[in-house]
Amino acid sequence: MNMSADPRLAEAWGHLPDYLGSHVRVSLAALALGLLVSLPLAILARHRPVLRGALLGLASIVQTVPGLALLALFYPLLLALAALSLSWFGVSFSAFGFLPAVLALALYSMLPVLRNTITGLQGVDAAILEAAQGVGMTPRQSLFTVELPLALPVMMAGIRTAAVWVIGTATLSTPIGQTSFGNYIFAGLQTQNWVFVLFGCVAAAVLALAVDQLLALIESGLRNRSRLRAILGGAGIAALVVATLAPAMTRPQTSYVIGAKTFTEQYVLSALIGQRLKAAGHSATTREGLGSNVIFEALKAGDIDVYVDYSGTLWANQFQRNDIRPRQELLAELKTMLAKQNITLLGELGFENAYALVMPRQRAEQLGIRTINDLVARAPNMTIAGDYEFFSRPEWTALRKAYGLSFRGQRQMQPDFMYAAVASGEVDVIAGYTSDGLIAKYDLVTLGDVRHAIPPYDAIVLLAPKRADDDGLQKALAPLLGKIDIATMREANLRAAGNDAASSPDAVAQWLWEKVGKK
Amino acid sequence: MPTTPLIAYARVAKTFDDGRVLAVDDVSLDVAEGEFLAIVGGSGSGKTTLLRLANRLIEADTGTITVEGEDVRNVDPILLRRRIGYVFQSGGLFPHLTVAGNIGITPKLTGTPPEEISARVDELLDLVRLDRAPYRDRLPHELSGGQRQRVGVARALAARPRIVLMDEPFGALDPLTRDALGDDYRELHKKLGLTTVMITHDMTEAILLADRIAVMRGGKLLAQGTPTELSSSDDAYVGELLRTPRRQAERLGVLLPQDGAA
Repeated sequence: MNMSADPRLAEAWGHLPDYLGSHVRVSLAALALGLLVSLPLAILARHRPVLRGALLGLASIVQTVPGLALLALFYPLLLALAALSLSWFGVSFSAFGFLPAVLALALYSMLPVLRNTITGLQGVDAAILEAAQGVGMTPRQSLFTVELPLALPVMMAGIRTAAVWVIGTATLSTPIGQTSFGNYIFAGLQTQNWVFVLFGCVAAAVLALAVDQLLALIESGLRNRSRLRAILGGAGIAALVVATLAPAMTRPQTSYVIGAKTFTEQYVLSALIGQRLKAAGHSATTREGLGSNVIFEALKAGDIDVYVDYSGTLWANQFQRNDIRPRQELLAELKTMLAKQNITLLGELGFENAYALVMPRQRAEQLGIRTINDLVARAPNMTIAGDYEFFSRPEWTALRKAYGLSFRGQRQMQPDFMYAAVASGEVDVIAGYTSDGLIAKYDLVTLGDVRHAIPPYDAIVLLAPKRADDDGLQKALAPLLGKIDIATMREANLRAAGNDAASSPDAVAQWLWEKVGKK
Repeated sequence: MPTTPLIAYARVAKTFDDGRVLAVDDVSLDVAEGEFLAIVGGSGSGKTTLLRLANRLIEADTGTITVEGEDVRNVDPILLRRRIGYVFQSGGLFPHLTVAGNIGITPKLTGTPPEEISARVDELLDLVRLDRAPYRDRLPHELSGGQRQRVGVARALAARPRIVLMDEPFGALDPLTRDALGDDYRELHKKLGLTTVMITHDMTEAILLADRIAVMRGGKLLAQGTPTELSSSDDAYVGELLRTPRRQAERLGVLLPQDGAA
């Protein structure tokens, strides 16, 4: 494979200025904040064993929290704070993206800085401290002219460790809406675009090494009293910041932000929406890889302008409803509920991505099974597989109750693996997703839900409150509504799951538009 | 005493570890202006504690210490330390500062203009017999032990103190360097009209350098006086301390013929 000619690589390079800029901004801001908090704390704690123990313990605990979880926790925390601040001071702020990422990463950077600063200061020879006192230094003079300079090498080692950690962990801030090199990695993992994954990893590693070396230069400059080196290192960091700020400054403020959740279909649909907006003369950026709850709150807060969700998901998750209604009734009620939050339900795309019972076409035809009704008699001799949450979801309860289904056994599986398992006969039936491309790939069929036990999961386009009266946006997206049928979406998803150049979300979105745009 | 003492300890006591260790036990001692006093004692005798009480590196429990007529308790300890020179055991130089940076530290703390400090550093390098050009910008680890201690002395003198306290300043040096440095300092002491208190465990050094010697043991001041006065002391420990240099002198006299010195 000729990598240099791979259009995926060209696409990856195309994203670089945006991703690099965001990654550097969030990392350096977090590192700066971390230092601003950790250094005074460490200095304060150096003669206070109790405080020292408490600080180091706390920082160690933070370090044991997985990076992704720490970042994810800051989002609801800030949402609550923003709500409080709005009701108390009348000022709100965005709990999305930059702020939670900076706070979580700053917290993450504290341990190495705290530990090394305290260790470095404690490592200063007692005889030297006494000499500092003896020549008439105040405690402050002793700290700044003797203790800190002598502790500097150990402190800098801690700061460099923190920098590398923060730059690495910043890739995990993508799901909470902060663009970073994680966008390559999350998108690549979902669409099996290994060029992207590799590109993201290498980019993060190169950035970490570069910042580490610049800090090393500053350190050697400070240590050897070489002003030139310190200035060169400082200028390098400053140049990095300026270079990454420049594109942000020139970016038009009117650009639309399109959200996408963490699975293939979402990447394709957000790319499609982006292409439509650009075709209509607007500028658009995407925020990909967002968690299901994050993306809805981000829309509500106006941090993103548009995204595709599924009626049943909103029904059950955002509105906590467990009753199941007919498709149109549910959509209508959902629209009313969303309108109360000033969110516009622009319309349906035309397909559903619902849970469905799925089995191989050949076997179903042999057994004469077309609907779930037909399955009931055979079920006691069959096994069923579902994803990790399916068997504890209301859909499963509803299915069993509506049809009196009872299987010989049930198994939980990784979603990607289920389809192969049912195709090979390892299990007889799976609870799959109706729009999944693998249904076509393995020649499977979905069994009809004649009793409407599973709620509808229509793909619907949602607009942020501030875009409620945006005719330009609504007009640009109108050609998509009702146009994408389930077969087309399945094929699009199958294409996007491929591992070649034509499988990038952008390429698939183009293919999709060619199919539906002419209808 | 012909003049009022420059440093005076009156019934001073100091304990450590919540009173379990009695480091200085009811000591009264006067140091006259221009005097070179050596405090001699073994480790744990309390001699270092006694020295540090004078510039408030350690605070006394009871008793009164006056420096230049003032009770030290009424003087800001930082200002007190800046006007008293202090030479530390094996130098105590700041490893990240150059020779010039070390020597000029106290004037710098008090906000003396840089050019004035620079001139003073050159003057002090001359005083302690170190060549300006090669030594000014060296770091302490690039110096020999003797050179480091010369810088230590220069640093103590930088703010033109009347009093210099020395904590076993020549203890870690080889005999030749030690001798040369001792003589050079003694000369400076006289030339600059300093009042010096030096701690040593070496009675020979004390006899050779000091005007008067104070002997300490177990926190108590056993005896004080000129070498001649001390030799008439009936204290057994003082006698023992004096016996060593005496015996060494006698043996050296026998072993080294008079005309062999050339």
